Amino acid sequence: MSIKLEHVNYIYSPGTAYEIHALKDVSLEIGEGQFIGLIGHTGSGKSTLVQHLNGLVKATSGHIYFHGEDIYSPGYDMRRLRSRVGLVFQYPEHQLFEIDVFTDVCFGPKNLGLTQKEVQLRAFEALRQVGFPEEYFYQSPFDLSGGQKRRAAIAGVLAMRPEVLILDEPTAGLDPRGRDEILDQIAKLKRETGITVVLVSHSMEDIARYVDRIIVMNRGSVMFDDIPRKVFGHVKELEAVGLAAPQVTYIMQALRDKGMAVHTDVTTLEEAEREILKALGK
Amino acid sequence: MLRDITLGQYYQAESVIHRLDPRVKLVGTILYIISLFLFDHFTGYVAAAVFLIIVIRLSGVPFRYMVKGMKAIVFLLLLTMVFNLFLTPGETLVQFWKLTITKEGLRIAIFMAIRLTFLIIGSSLMTLTTTPNNLTDGMEKLMNPLKKVKVPVHEIAMMMSIALRFIPILMEETDKIMKAQIARGADFESGNIVKKAKALVPLLVPLFVSAFRRANDLAMAMEARCYQGGEGRTKMKPLQYKKRDFLAYAYLGCYVGIVLLIRKIGILP
Ligand SMILES: Nc1ncnc2c1ncn2[C@@H]1O[C@H](COP(=O)(O)OP(=O)(O)OP(=O)(O)O)[C@@H](O)[C@H]1O
Ligand SMILES: [Mg+2]
Repeated sequence: MSIKLEHVNYIYSPGTAYEIHALKDVSLEIGEGQFIGLIGHTGSGKSTLVQHLNGLVKATSGHIYFHGEDIYSPGYDMRRLRSRVGLVFQYPEHQLFEIDVFTDVCFGPKNLGLTQKEVQLRAFEALRQVGFPEEYFYQSPFDLSGGQKRRAAIAGVLAMRPEVLILDEPTAGLDPRGRDEILDQIAKLKRETGITVVLVSHSMEDIARYVDRIIVMNRGSVMFDDIPRKVFGHVKELEAVGLAAPQVTYIMQALRDKGMAVHTDVTTLEEAEREILKALGK
Repeated sequence: MLRDITLGQYYQAESVIHRLDPRVKLVGTILYIISLFLFDHFTGYVAAAVFLIIVIRLSGVPFRYMVKGMKAIVFLLLLTMVFNLFLTPGETLVQFWKLTITKEGLRIAIFMAIRLTFLIIGSSLMTLTTTPNNLTDGMEKLMNPLKKVKVPVHEIAMMMSIALRFIPILMEETDKIMKAQIARGADFESGNIVKKAKALVPLLVPLFVSAFRRANDLAMAMEARCYQGGEGRTKMKPLQYKKRDFLAYAYLGCYVGIVLLIRKIGILP
């Protein structure tokens, strides 16, 4: 077990007309080495939730434990927590500030107080892990393309070598190819290092292919928390909250309605292909 | 954190004050501020306080909400008080070491504190009850005569409305960037002044970049919709005085009358 939330509530601007109950009694556990998809409609509280995981936002009520230790207990080392739970914000490219990409990526590890050599080593490794082209290492971060900026920003967090990597909509605003490249890179990183990953998204399509557990948020509460195929079984409920199952799930259902003997609980194209071939007897 | 500053923010509510024409509120605020500096008796401040309390009650903005906005300027207030308290020459009241508090100093310090508090509550009442758009509309209309002497009234109003519009956006942005850098281990709190100033670089650079990007986008969007300045531009909701506005002016007149009266006779010392 690495992160555990117990009855977490969070209210923005309490006591004013703008009061928003963003998280309602959220309890969940993020196990070591898991690949979790956090999904929900716009405004469902995903970003708020992930900011709790590294202590950036303090819950209005409830407890959060990291490796069994209450992070709200007095004297808890928040900075250490933040280096172990890396959070990549939505549109992270807006936080780049250094004169070149490499120096920017060094910012995180430098704040950890490492030696210069170690800092550079980590920055180099992180940039390589996200597939950042080496010829752009010493470019100004402001001259890069959207996808490259995104990679540089993710590397900036990875360079701290966190145990848990949280990505808040890492593919927002990217084209389909850029999206797939980034997600593939993250999946590869996960495979190679065994790091725990929480991937925030509002598209099932993106997530279905990679994660082994899906948490669905709706208006600040956890609605489903299960393996993908179980979650996609609730198509009607998902649609009611503005989400949808992946398209293959719909196709399989349509095929089944037409009388083909296929299982409908598939989540990826590959599975669907196998299932259809099987039904056709090939 | 940052968005707790209520100065200059609009507070959505249904009230007479909200519905008033912005010109009334502008004129009212200006007169009120002037009145604050006319008094040299405590009686005057009682009148000013009564007026302010009535308007606050009418506005439907919770008093607690306004006081929260005041927190930001407590320091300024204290500083002014301290300076006035110790540096005003006159009849000595208390003396210890090299510091003397004079009777005049005490008096001025208290006046100053009251004035500043009322001034800030009074003017934030205006921004709390008027949307930025309405406010600049009112300003443009009020300053219209100045066009004759070649003052770019429309441009000034437009700049103001854009600036006001950007305040909450930039605050939100600051909050976000700050959090993002803290997540990368940045430390904005500890260390001496030099270290703290240096720590601001990772915040300020992205903030400026984003401000310029937004300004650029906005300019583009305005041009794409054929914005060409104020010439021949009409309003969707032109400002028009209603009965309640004339009533408000009448009340305002009463207040000014009372103020002048108090100033003339000065009932109490
Ligand atoms: N800094 C803030 N101050 C006040 N309210 C906020 C703030 N940030 C978010 N909220 C509100 O809290 C709720 C949850 O927002 P959150 O950003 O967590 O949603 P989200 O699921 O990440 O949405 P999105 O998919 O659009 O990123 C929303 O109603 C939002 O308006
Ligand atoms: Mg979000």
